[in-house]
Amino acid sequence: MSTNEVRHPGLNLGATDEVTHEQAESAVFGFWVFLMSDAVIFALLFATYGVMLHGTAGGPTPAAVYKIGSAFIETMILLTSSFTFGMASIAMKHETGYGRLLAWMVVTLALGFAFLGMELHDFATMIGNGDYPTRSGFLSAFFALVPLHGLHVFFGSLWLIVMMVQVLVFGLDARVKINILRLGLFWHFLDIVWIVIFSVVYLQGLIA
Amino acid sequence: MSQGIWPAVLGRFDWTALPFVRAWDNPTASEIIGAGAASMVIIGAVVAIVLITWLGKWKYLWSEWLTSLDHKKIGIMYVVLALVMLARALIEAVLMRMQQGAAVNSPGFISPDHFSQLFTTHGTIMIFFMAMPFLTGIINYVTPLQIGARDVAFPLLNSVSLWLTGGAAGLMMASLVIGRFSTGGWSGYPPYTELAFSPDVGPDYWIWALTLGSVGSTLTGLNFAVTIFKMRAPGMHLMRMTLFVWTALCTSIMMIFAMPPLTVATALLALDRYLGFHFFTNDLGGNMMNYANLFWLFGHPEVYILVLPPFGVYSEVVSTFSSKELYGYTSLAIATMAIAVLSFTVWLHHFFTMGQSADINAVFGIATMTIAVPTGVKLYDWIWTMFRGRVRFTVPMLYSLAFMMTFVIGGATGIMLAMPPLDFLVHNTVFLVAHFHNVIIPGVLYGLLAGYHYWFPKAFGFRLNEKWGRIAFGCWVVGFYLAFMPLYVLGAAGMARRTQEVFEPAFRPWLYIAGFGALVLLAALAALFVQLWVSIREREANRVTAGDPWDGRGLEWSISAPPPEYNYAVIPQIRGRDPFYAGKRKDECYAPPAHYHDITMPKNSMTGPVIGILGAATAFGLVWHIWWLVILGVLAIVGTVIARSFARDVHRIIPAAEVAWTDMTWLRTVADATPIPRQLETSSANQGLAEIAT
Repeated sequence: MSTNEVRHPGLNLGATDEVTHEQAESAVFGFWVFLMSDAVIFALLFATYGVMLHGTAGGPTPAAVYKIGSAFIETMILLTSSFTFGMASIAMKHETGYGRLLAWMVVTLALGFAFLGMELHDFATMIGNGDYPTRSGFLSAFFALVPLHGLHVFFGSLWLIVMMVQVLVFGLDARVKINILRLGLFWHFLDIVWIVIFSVVYLQGLIA
Repeated sequence: MSQGIWPAVLGRFDWTALPFVRAWDNPTASEIIGAGAASMVIIGAVVAIVLITWLGKWKYLWSEWLTSLDHKKIGIMYVVLALVMLARALIEAVLMRMQQGAAVNSPGFISPDHFSQLFTTHGTIMIFFMAMPFLTGIINYVTPLQIGARDVAFPLLNSVSLWLTGGAAGLMMASLVIGRFSTGGWSGYPPYTELAFSPDVGPDYWIWALTLGSVGSTLTGLNFAVTIFKMRAPGMHLMRMTLFVWTALCTSIMMIFAMPPLTVATALLALDRYLGFHFFTNDLGGNMMNYANLFWLFGHPEVYILVLPPFGVYSEVVSTFSSKELYGYTSLAIATMAIAVLSFTVWLHHFFTMGQSADINAVFGIATMTIAVPTGVKLYDWIWTMFRGRVRFTVPMLYSLAFMMTFVIGGATGIMLAMPPLDFLVHNTVFLVAHFHNVIIPGVLYGLLAGYHYWFPKAFGFRLNEKWGRIAFGCWVVGFYLAFMPLYVLGAAGMARRTQEVFEPAFRPWLYIAGFGALVLLAALAALFVQLWVSIREREANRVTAGDPWDGRGLEWSISAPPPEYNYAVIPQIRGRDPFYAGKRKDECYAPPAHYHDITMPKNSMTGPVIGILGAATAFGLVWHIWWLVILGVLAIVGTVIARSFARDVHRIIPAAEVAWTDMTWLRTVADATPIPRQLETSSANQGLAEIAT
C-alpha cells in the first residue's frame, strides 16, 4: 500500500499520518454513507417544498416573505466558513501547530454563529410579519426545510466546540483526526445543501 | 387532575388512560380484554424481573449481553425481541379473526375502536418489531462470520441501533398499559391521523415508535453496507460472497435510502400534530397525497428489505441441503441487485385508486410486473440447485420448499393486483390482505424461521429438536393456508379489509375457516416455543461443538459452535466461492495456524442502552406532552454522545496465548469427534463434523 493511496473521497491523511489514514478508510466511508442518507431527507423536504409551493391558502407568497439580501449575505458567510474549515483541515493534516488549527476552527465557529444569528433574525422577522408556519402549507414546508438546515448548522457548531476541546485534551490522536475529517465533510455538506436552498427557495421565490 | 401542578408533571395523562380503570368503569368484553393485555405486559415484566433477581443474573445480563458490542450477541438479542413481539402480534391476529367470526350480523365482543387498535398494532409490530428485528438479528449474526470479519465496522453504532429498536418496541408495549394505540392502520394515513380526527395519544405512540425504529434501521443499514464493503477477509471478492451476504448488502443499501422517507413522513405528521403545521391537513394548503407518496417511497422498498435476506437464507439452505453448489450464482446476485433497484420504482401501486391518470398507473403497473422477472429467476435457480442433488428434508429445507410453492401463489396474486383495472375491483378488500400475507409469511417468516433453525446450532452449540420443529413447520404451513386462502374468496366477493362487523351471512363459513387457521398458526408459535424448551433441556445430547452440523459451505461453519468472541483466531485467506466446502475436501481445514496474535476487540459500552432508554423516555414524554421529560431526554442524549466521544479506553486486547488455548481446545474436540454421513445429521451422532464423501 502506498502512503498516497486515496482511501476515501475528500482530504486523505496518507502523506502525513499513515496509521490514521488506514483507520480512516471505513470510518470516513461510513460518514459518507450517513451523509447520503441525510441527503435523502433533504431531497424529500425539497420535493415536499416544491409540492407545497402553491399551497399558500390565500396567505403570503414566496416573493412576499423572502429577504434576498440577507439570504445572500448568509450564503457568503457559509461559503467563507467552508473555506476556513478547509484551512483548518489542512492545518490538521500537516500538523502545523495546534494554534493555527484552533484559530481556523474558531473563525469557522464564529462564521457559523453569525449565520445562525442572521437566520434566526430572518425567521423572527417573518413571524413578526405574520408569516407563521401554521399559516399555510407553503409556509409549513419552508419552516420544515430551512430551519432543519439551521439545526444541522447548530449541531455542527456544537461538534466544532467539542472537537476544539478534544484537540486541547487529547492533541491530534487518531480519533480526533478522523472526527475532524468527518466534521469537515459534514460542514461542506451543509454548504452544498444551503446552495440548493438559496437557489431553489430564495432565488426561485424572486421569480414568482 | 386537570388543575394545579399535575398537567406540568404528567402532561395529558389521567386515570382513564389506564385500561384497568376503563375496564372498571365500563366492564365490557372489549375493555376487559384490553385490561387483560395490559396485565400480561405488567405480569410479564414483573416475572422477568423477579426471575432475573432470584437467579442473581442482573450482573451477567448487563455485562455479558445488554452492554455487549459483539455482533453475535446483538444479533441474538434482536431475534429474542422479534419472537416476543411475534407472540403479541399473533395473539392480536387471532383476536381479530375470532371477532370477525363472531361478528356476522352481530357486534361481536370487540368494540370497533379496539378492533382498529388491534389491526394497527398487528401491522405495525409485524413489520417493524417482528420482521425487521428478526432479519436484522440474522444479518447481524451471520454477515461478519460469512465474510471472515471479527466484527462489524461500527460495533458501538450496532448496539445503539439495537437499543433504539428495543426502546421503540418498549413504547409499543407501554401503549398497551398507558393510554391507547393509533386506530389509523400501520400506514397511518392522514388526514385521519391528524389532530382534527384523532386527538388522542394513539397516533403519537405510532409516530414516535416508528421514528425511533426507523432511525435504528437506517443506522443498521449504514453499518452493514460499510461492513460488507470494507471488512471482507483477504480474497473475499464481491463475487465470492455468499448469496446471503449479497442480500444483506442490498437490504442495507435499501435501508439507507428507504428509511429516511419514513422518518420524513412521520416527522412531518408530528409537525402537523404538535405545532399545527399544514402538511397533510384538509385545509390551508395541506396535501395528503404527499404523505401517501412519502410513506410508500419507504413502504415499497421496505417489502424488499424484508424479503431479500430470507431469499439469501433460502439460497444457503437449498444449496447446503442439496449438497450442491448454488445454481446460477451470478444470476442470483444480479437478480438481487435488480430487485433492490426496481423496488424504488413501484411505490405508486399502493394507491392506484387515489387519483392519478391512467397512464401513470400503467407505468407503475408495468414496473411492478417487471419485478416478477428477477424473482422468477431466483425461483428457477433454487429449483435447479435441487435438481439431481441429494436433497435432505430437514426443517430449514422444509420451510424452503413450502416457501417456493406458497410464494408463487402470492406472486401470482401480486401480478393480478399490479394491473390497475383489476386493482380497482379488489383494492381495500381482504383479497389484498390475503395477497400480502401470502408473500410475507412464506417469503419472510418462513425464511427467517429457516435461518433460525439453520444457524441456531452455530449460535448456541446444539441442534434444535427435529420433531417439534416439524410439528411447528406443519402448523405454520397448514395454518397459513387455512387462514388466508379463504380471504382470497372473501376479498373477491367484496369483503372490505379492517371490518369489525360483517353483514353477509354467506361469509360465515369462510370466516370460520380463517379463524381456525389463525388458531393453527398460534399452535405453530406454541410449538416453536416448546421446541426451544425441549432443545435446551436436551442440549447435552445434541452438541455440535465441532461447528459443522450440516456439511456447510460458507466460512461460518469452519469455526467452533458457538464461535469465540473474535470469530476467527486467524483471519482466513479466501481462494474461491464456498471456501469451507472446498477446503474441507482438500484437507485444508481444522489445521492449527503457524502463529497466533493478540486480538483487539471493542470493550462493552453502556452507551447503547443509555441512548435507547433515553430515546424511549423522550418519545414517551412527547406522546404524553410531558415537556420536562422531553427536554431532559434530548439534553441527556446529546450529553451521552459527547461524553462517549471523550472515552479513549474503548478496546481490550485478548492475548495470543488465550486465543491459542481456545483454538487448540476446539481443535482437540474436532479431532475427537466422529465424522458422520448426512443420513445421521439429525441424530445425536452429529457432533458437528461432516464425513467427506468422495
